[in-house]
Amino acid sequence: MTDRARSERRLGWLLCAPAAIAMLAVTAYPIGYAFVLSLQRVDLRFPEESGFVGFDNYSAVLSSDLWWTDLFNTIFLSVISVSIELCLGMAIALVMHRAIFGRGVVRTSVLIPYGIVTVVAAFSWQFAFAPDTGFVNQLPLIADDKDWFGERFSAFSVIIMAEVWKTTPFMALLLLAGLTTIDDGLYSAAKVDGASAWQRFTRITLPLMKPAILVALLFRTLDAFRIFDTIFIMTGGAQDTQSVSILGYQQLISRLNLGLGSAVSVLIFLCVLVIAVIFVKGLGARQPESGRA
Amino acid sequence: MENTGREKTLWTIALVLVLIFALIPVLWIISLSFKTPATITDQSFIPTEFSFENYESLFKGGISESPFIKPLINSLGIALITTFISIILASFAAYAIARLDFPGRSVMLAGALAIAMFPPISTVGPLFDMWRALGLYDTWPGLIIPYLTFSLPLAIYTLVAFFREIPWDLEKAAQVDGATPFQAFRKVIVPLAAPGMFTAAILVFIFAWNDFLFAISLTSSDASRTVPAALAFFTGDSTFTQPTGSIAAAAVIVTVPIIIFVLLFQRRIVAGLTSGAVKG
Repeated sequence: MTDRARSERRLGWLLCAPAAIAMLAVTAYPIGYAFVLSLQRVDLRFPEESGFVGFDNYSAVLSSDLWWTDLFNTIFLSVISVSIELCLGMAIALVMHRAIFGRGVVRTSVLIPYGIVTVVAAFSWQFAFAPDTGFVNQLPLIADDKDWFGERFSAFSVIIMAEVWKTTPFMALLLLAGLTTIDDGLYSAAKVDGASAWQRFTRITLPLMKPAILVALLFRTLDAFRIFDTIFIMTGGAQDTQSVSILGYQQLISRLNLGLGSAVSVLIFLCVLVIAVIFVKGLGARQPESGRA
Repeated sequence: MENTGREKTLWTIALVLVLIFALIPVLWIISLSFKTPATITDQSFIPTEFSFENYESLFKGGISESPFIKPLINSLGIALITTFISIILASFAAYAIARLDFPGRSVMLAGALAIAMFPPISTVGPLFDMWRALGLYDTWPGLIIPYLTFSLPLAIYTLVAFFREIPWDLEKAAQVDGATPFQAFRKVIVPLAAPGMFTAAILVFIFAWNDFLFAISLTSSDASRTVPAALAFFTGDSTFTQPTGSIAAAAVIVTVPIIIFVLLFQRRIVAGLTSGAVKG
């Protein structure tokens, strides 16, 4: 190896080291520490009762109805909101890509939700649907006294709408990036051969965009799985609308039960890992070179 | 594409609908913020009486008593410091990944991606415990450190994509003229990379500005509580008044400047958000 190559290699490591340390310090170490905490009884309200308990915290979490309800809620919210986002996002991406006019309007509308703090958006939607302050119940076809947050599935529908509103832009932009990589010649050729717009979409756009769609789905699914802000503001987890992140927060910060809370944290981490592995496998099988994209 | 009159009308209607849907929560919170306490529950989309009362109440009592000024300073300070450090660290790493040949490049990229997917709630408990032991609980660094961690992947991916577009022959030319790799980086590449760094900085700032989970978990007072967390703890003037008006006014103050900024630099932001995703 030449001196030059050696110094390049050293410089590379040197330049990456600070970022690598900053990233590991608050993820790898804490998740390890969370695992250690999860094997102990650590309740800051009863510090004298601390001690090693093995997997007791895990069996306590996994045998509680609360964990399974919250896991169901989280998966339900993720699946529904990500599906809606995929359809809407695809429509918006196609419009931004193909638009003859109005492209700027779409881009502007797409970036407004992106720029808004999630908590602010959640408050705005909550006030809009609240029976005492909101304008929604004044709209035609909606009962004046409908209590949106008083019942589980109506609360879910408002939560999903707020999530879709906030995160569709990101989905649309990721899909747009995939769209721009498709060669326009393919469409002209298909058109010459008499393919309809729908055929062109299903036979050219969708298959070629598969990697982009999977990447967008991966990012958004994992993001949706972490849902916290919107639920915290809108219902605080009432009416059985808790997500697993809210459950973790309540055990850790509200109840100061670090042992049980850490078990929840580790379980959430494992769920995320499973989702990621499934998506990466789906990506890697077809497109080896984009597996780490 | 054929462009008949009917198609154009449908198109325009679709565009208007999208724009309205995007704007409703913003217009609604602005409307609420200008309503008087007497009319805040009138349920009308447009205020019937305008007043600045909600804004005045936010700043009443100066920095010591206002529930909003200190969190606003915290939010600005924490987001700006996070952005500054994150962009410096990410630039180093992104330069190395985009330009240098060394083993560990792909590990670094894969690692950054893994961090981007990491669930923050899983670190909240340990950090809460560690920060209390280290004296970082309820301090600025206590929030800046986790924000750095979770913004670095975003910054690195965006910057790597931008750095790959830079005409690197200029750097070689500088090295032929006797510059060391580091000099070539500082004198030639940094000025060329500035637009990409600016884009990454916007994305990181928005990320730090937006965070809620760490902000409510790792703070306990106005010493470091940021605006999103403070909003969740707002109380009305008396126990019987809802803080709706103050929340709305505070929300407008932290939202409108960011929206204007985002719209001014929209091309850049779209480029930043999309580039990292495909080319990484």
